[in-house]
Amino acid sequence: MEKSLAQKVNSPVGENKLRIDAYEKVIGTAQYADDIQFGNKLLHARIKRSPYPHAKIKKIDVSKARILPGVKAVVCGEDFPGFIGLYLKDRQIFCRDRVRYVGDPIAGVAAISEEIAEKAIDLIEVEYEILEPVLDPEFGASSRAPLIHPDLGKYVVASFIFPQAGSNISNHFKIRKGNIESTWQKCKTIIERKYHIPHIQHVPLEPHVAIARVDKSGEVTLWDSSQSPFAQRDLIAEALGITQSKMRVIAPLVGGGFGSKAGVSMESLAVAIASKVKGYPVKLRLTREEEFYTAFVRQGLVAYFKMGCDENGKILAMENTFYWDGGAYTEYGVNITRAAGYSSTGPYEVPNVKADSYCVYTNHPVGGPMRGFGMPEMHAGLEQCIDELALEMGMDPVEFRQLNCLKEGSILPTGGKMHPTGLSQCLEKTAEAIDWGKKALPSAPNKRRGKGIALMWKAPAMPGNAGSSAFIELAEDGMLTLGVGCQEIGQGAFTVVAQMVAATFGVPYESVRLATPVDTRYSPYEWQTVASRITWSTGNAIIKAAQDARKQVINLIAEAWNENPDDLDIVNGNVISYKSEREIKVKDFAVKGLPKPDGRGWMGGPVIGRGSFMPTDVTGLDAETGQGEHAVVHFTTGAQAVDLEVDLDTGRVEILKAVAAFDVGKAINPDLVKAQIEGGMVQGISSALFESLMLKDGYVQNPSFVDYRIATSMDIPNSMQAIIVEVPQDDGPWGARGIGEHSMVPAIPAIANAIYDAIGIRFEGPPFTAEKIYLAMMEAGIIK
Amino acid sequence: MTFHEIIVTINQNQEKITVPSNMTLMRMLREVLALTGTKNGCSAGECGACTVLMNGEPVNSCMVLAVECDGAEIITVEGLASDKQLDPVQDSIIQTGGVQCGFCTPGILISSRALLNRNPDPSDAEIKEALVGNLCRCTGYTRIIDAIKEAAMRQKAKE
Repeated sequence: MEKSLAQKVNSPVGENKLRIDAYEKVIGTAQYADDIQFGNKLLHARIKRSPYPHAKIKKIDVSKARILPGVKAVVCGEDFPGFIGLYLKDRQIFCRDRVRYVGDPIAGVAAISEEIAEKAIDLIEVEYEILEPVLDPEFGASSRAPLIHPDLGKYVVASFIFPQAGSNISNHFKIRKGNIESTWQKCKTIIERKYHIPHIQHVPLEPHVAIARVDKSGEVTLWDSSQSPFAQRDLIAEALGITQSKMRVIAPLVGGGFGSKAGVSMESLAVAIASKVKGYPVKLRLTREEEFYTAFVRQGLVAYFKMGCDENGKILAMENTFYWDGGAYTEYGVNITRAAGYSSTGPYEVPNVKADSYCVYTNHPVGGPMRGFGMPEMHAGLEQCIDELALEMGMDPVEFRQLNCLKEGSILPTGGKMHPTGLSQCLEKTAEAIDWGKKALPSAPNKRRGKGIALMWKAPAMPGNAGSSAFIELAEDGMLTLGVGCQEIGQGAFTVVAQMVAATFGVPYESVRLATPVDTRYSPYEWQTVASRITWSTGNAIIKAAQDARKQVINLIAEAWNENPDDLDIVNGNVISYKSEREIKVKDFAVKGLPKPDGRGWMGGPVIGRGSFMPTDVTGLDAETGQGEHAVVHFTTGAQAVDLEVDLDTGRVEILKAVAAFDVGKAINPDLVKAQIEGGMVQGISSALFESLMLKDGYVQNPSFVDYRIATSMDIPNSMQAIIVEVPQDDGPWGARGIGEHSMVPAIPAIANAIYDAIGIRFEGPPFTAEKIYLAMMEAGIIK
Repeated sequence: MTFHEIIVTINQNQEKITVPSNMTLMRMLREVLALTGTKNGCSAGECGACTVLMNGEPVNSCMVLAVECDGAEIITVEGLASDKQLDPVQDSIIQTGGVQCGFCTPGILISSRALLNRNPDPSDAEIKEALVGNLCRCTGYTRIIDAIKEAAMRQKAKE
């Protein structure tokens, strides 16, 4: 028997295994948080919310609500003085003296039915003193703006976030690299542009839901739809002033996350209310309207770009300023600002960089993480400027990008060096797939056709010490149970982790089951299911756990057979010896061990493998220059191109073909990677063509599926192609790096560049709706 | 609040249920019968996650009152498979990878079954049109469309 051949036959990594969770999802038994049955003791919660974007609370009167029959508890902010926040603790569970956005929670009610809870909410009387709202991030950053958080200087903050006390700036990230001022005169062409990217919402099909129960002893149990059960345990416990071990989070399947269910948003409300009705489970479920503006939104962005290149088309300098409309509080906004800052050049080598990325408090809904974490917004303008620079130079946009894009060893805007990357290949393959350079004819005389392309890069934006862990356990039947703390949010994480553990330990994929739902009391720690980090980070922990269990098994059998462990292997659930050609099924000793060869007693016993992983080489960045050795763990890079038509009669954009290529290092499950690329592409197209959370004076005008349109089956491209590039990541499992978010990043600029190619018009920002395009074509004289 | 006793056949089981007059079919399924495969995505008839078959026609169960179901026959996602045999659309959506988070899946499966019942050989355009009331945020729809085509083919081969 040959060792390498056996391993090859054995490995499910790189194969298109069917999803481990698909069967239960198609027969209707898959359990989501709202499906858990709590019996008739269940209470229903509703929240009294601010009707004003900015006001002082003068008085709250809950007396009428308290005496309404069926009401079990009414809670306000005075009972919960603790502050909460992932990077900057700027928020209390309920507002106490001030409301900062329309929807800000003021009080909560638990009642025996949702209807009674809703009635009680109406009976709560609040007196306000209305304050001037801040509705624009650029104005908000100025000294003229009223202060939204006068106590900003007193808030607890992470070491890499830089709030400016006495202003609305909750973080200011800077890059100062090279000499920007002296470089402009060396540039042959300089482009200066301003873009405005509107707020959008994640729109998971499953609205946020949380059920909390607080026992008489003070132990808290929270069942919720969550990407971050461990972060919730940590942050909510701290806000309540209890220890983390008294806070248990049980997180079943997530019906779509996209970042909206990361960190803490409405979950703390359910816990706070439940703490006043001990012993009762209390359910808080957001209505679809609440979902649109009281959980997280993708924050808006006002972006200024200035970039120049020399006579050969080599980019010499970039000066970019971003004002992020962070909203009333900043669970994640401050770190999105940081990520956009250290990625502000896009995937290009630029020797001279000045970047200022400001997170600004406004009286808008709370900005949270959304698929891409600032990158779709930032690239939307940046990649249009790159196109304009190329065209002004008379260069082909693909050729221009190929010349300037990052290669292995390129110097990053933060000063370190780029790791091996397949960005050039992604560009090349995408251009080829879209027939770049060949002008295609419109399908009808009333249509104009165009092609556009865009590149992207994105790193997992997370603290340097974000950890993962895993355990594996063998059962009597030889099945392997894998314990993880990562979440299945639709991306396929549970399938990929099962493939990785099966490959490492040596059992078929079908022999793996997961110890889920994730429960912080039993499941191994995972920082959060965000940042496209699970395949990479949890994958590394799983390899260690499986190797640990494997070593125990092989050492046991080596001892039993009196052989050298190096001659043994585990293949398809059997331990085999390449030397003696003996074989034993794992299930024959997995739990009960083996009798000793001399018959006097037993050896072995239940097998549990454990593994943990945490990056150790991420260094901080200098607060003044943004320079540092190793800012992030790695960057996933890629490209997208579209071929589209604009209808001159209606202004409607029809995408004929969309293609995208991403360097995922190694596709653990190529089909799932392609599914991520397709799904992200359509979500990106939806954000480019339709989506905008229409804010007027701080009020969201379109909080419903009728008024806030997302892509339907009728809106998808006629043809889509997902291309996988694999340049291995040195510290990734089998070379893998993340892909979940990246596929959404280049859609807006690829489409904008194609619209320009078709009709010669550029817009300040998306969505590129039929109406907007039609009016612009009228103004430009293209149509009458 | 008035209560009504209704007789309704759900997934081929006849049930006698007392419901308040304002209870929707969706809430009756989820809260009274614990048939939680039918999902609540908006309670406003806009997302399609709660789609069930009512007398063979797809309806948003959040828009139908339970009392209206007296004497009706309802099929939910739990009733699609029979005798351990998946409905062809259930099986093909697993094969094509048309399931991601799974929250829209029950409604998508019901709409697909309704389509294949009335049109065993739908074109791409007809499939897209049949799905327009079922929002999906994960998949980009393309693998769902593939699944319906695949199921139609398998169904035809069986006949």
